[in-house]
Amino acid sequence: MKSVTERDRRKFILGMARGAGITALGGFIWSAYVDEVTASPLVLRPPGAIKEKDFLRTCIKCGLCVEACPYDTLLLAKPGDNKPLGTPYFIPRDIPCYMCPDIPCVPVCPTGALDESSVTTNGKLDINIAEMGLAVINKESCIAFWGIQCDACYRACPILGQAISIEYKKNDRTGKHAYLTPIVHADACTGCGLCEKACVTEKAAIFVLPREVSMGKAGDYYIKGWDKGDEKRLENAAEIKTKTEISKDKAVDSLNSGEDLY
Amino acid sequence: MSTFWNKYRYLFFRRTTQIGLLFFYFAANAWGWTIIMGNLSSSVVFETIPLSDPYAALQMLAAGAVIATDVIIGALIITIFYMVVGGRAFCSWVCPVNLITDAAALLRRKIGVDNFAKRQPATRNMRYWVLGLSLLISFMMGITAFEFISPISILHRGIIFGIGFGWAAMLVIFLFDLLVLKNGWCGHICPLGGFYSLTGKFSLVRVHHKQENCTECMKCKVVCPEQQVLYMIGKESIPVLSAECTNCARCIEVCDDDALGFSIRKLVENKKKGE
Repeated sequence: MKSVTERDRRKFILGMARGAGITALGGFIWSAYVDEVTASPLVLRPPGAIKEKDFLRTCIKCGLCVEACPYDTLLLAKPGDNKPLGTPYFIPRDIPCYMCPDIPCVPVCPTGALDESSVTTNGKLDINIAEMGLAVINKESCIAFWGIQCDACYRACPILGQAISIEYKKNDRTGKHAYLTPIVHADACTGCGLCEKACVTEKAAIFVLPREVSMGKAGDYYIKGWDKGDEKRLENAAEIKTKTEISKDKAVDSLNSGEDLY
Repeated sequence: MSTFWNKYRYLFFRRTTQIGLLFFYFAANAWGWTIIMGNLSSSVVFETIPLSDPYAALQMLAAGAVIATDVIIGALIITIFYMVVGGRAFCSWVCPVNLITDAAALLRRKIGVDNFAKRQPATRNMRYWVLGLSLLISFMMGITAFEFISPISILHRGIIFGIGFGWAAMLVIFLFDLLVLKNGWCGHICPLGGFYSLTGKFSLVRVHHKQENCTECMKCKVVCPEQQVLYMIGKESIPVLSAECTNCARCIEVCDDDALGFSIRKLVENKKKGE
């Protein structure tokens, strides 16, 4: 009798150990895979999408935004698309976002991964404040920067004159012509991609990237001293204490020490 | 003809529900029908009633997402529904992967794989490990872990929105069930099935066994995708209380001796008390 219960116990322990072992192996592969697929930063999300990190855990992948889109702009990532599986995205060069004023894709979101309040001003939906991405120009391939007249992106822009403006510059090569070059303004650009769609070059010279990718950040140490509003940022600035060999002494001391500085 | 109908009536209803739901979901995306929109992760019925996958909501919770009211309401509706009709009714009456694994199981029986592969080298408790693991990965990595690999979602989204390379995943599951492990995916691995096995523990709709009618032909055990739940066949007149039963009703249909049938759990218990 005793040997039977002991065998049962051993069997049970072995069973649990096997389960744990397979779980550990599976968990390793699973988490590695998930880590890889969610690491892709080059995905353009629908308007109102919350920050990518939060988006990935909040989006339930139901496709209601995709069904709501009247232009078939939005797609659900399927295996082989190399995007986080089942999440909505769009490719502006194929079909850009046409910036519907009633933004049908956002209110249908059941989870709040598309946040209505982020595209609302004064209680009304406002697609112009959407931040799906930011258009950037590669001026080497943009023919307007060559001196050939083209303002396709400027004309295509739904926030004409604000998100893209045209800058005039003298063309020194001919001496009598002007460069009419497009400039994107990040504060107005929604990242809809109509410019990318309209671009006449073989591969678009103006294209939309996620803001996280296409924007830099000056940090708290560079302040526009002439701008009262910008100076306010100093309040959040963190102090950094450097701890190098030199910074142990005061600046004056290091000058007077007579030793080599480096 | 009537025997044929008797042999396949529940199967017919199941396939009708499965394919009908798929069709309405498909129609929502293709032609803008509003009967049921979205997919099995989250849907809207008639543009008003939200439905959400409670397991997906649980993963969101583990991942630290803020859960919207619509998802909470939708997940509650689904949870309560399956708490009544038997959690894994989802698996056999709704889930599209069931079509694939049932086909694999059928072919497996037809070509007689089980005649030479009698030993099942894996435990059916694996799904609970996977369930726990999915929540752990969700928690640690801040994403809904199973939703990023779920073949159920891949297939269901695939049918509605385009499948891409998803067919490969379906082929893998078919071959796995056919050649490697009997009822491998649905009966051993799928954490959604495991989830519904847990939530459906006290569900009311149950298959009931009448031992006095049983001739021990074991046809029910042959077709059952979760045959461990039928341990009482030929032994005891009790309902199938394990929530791993998917309420697919195949056992009821194949039984020639009227030894199996649906019953409501509470009534069964009351009757017992009355005796």
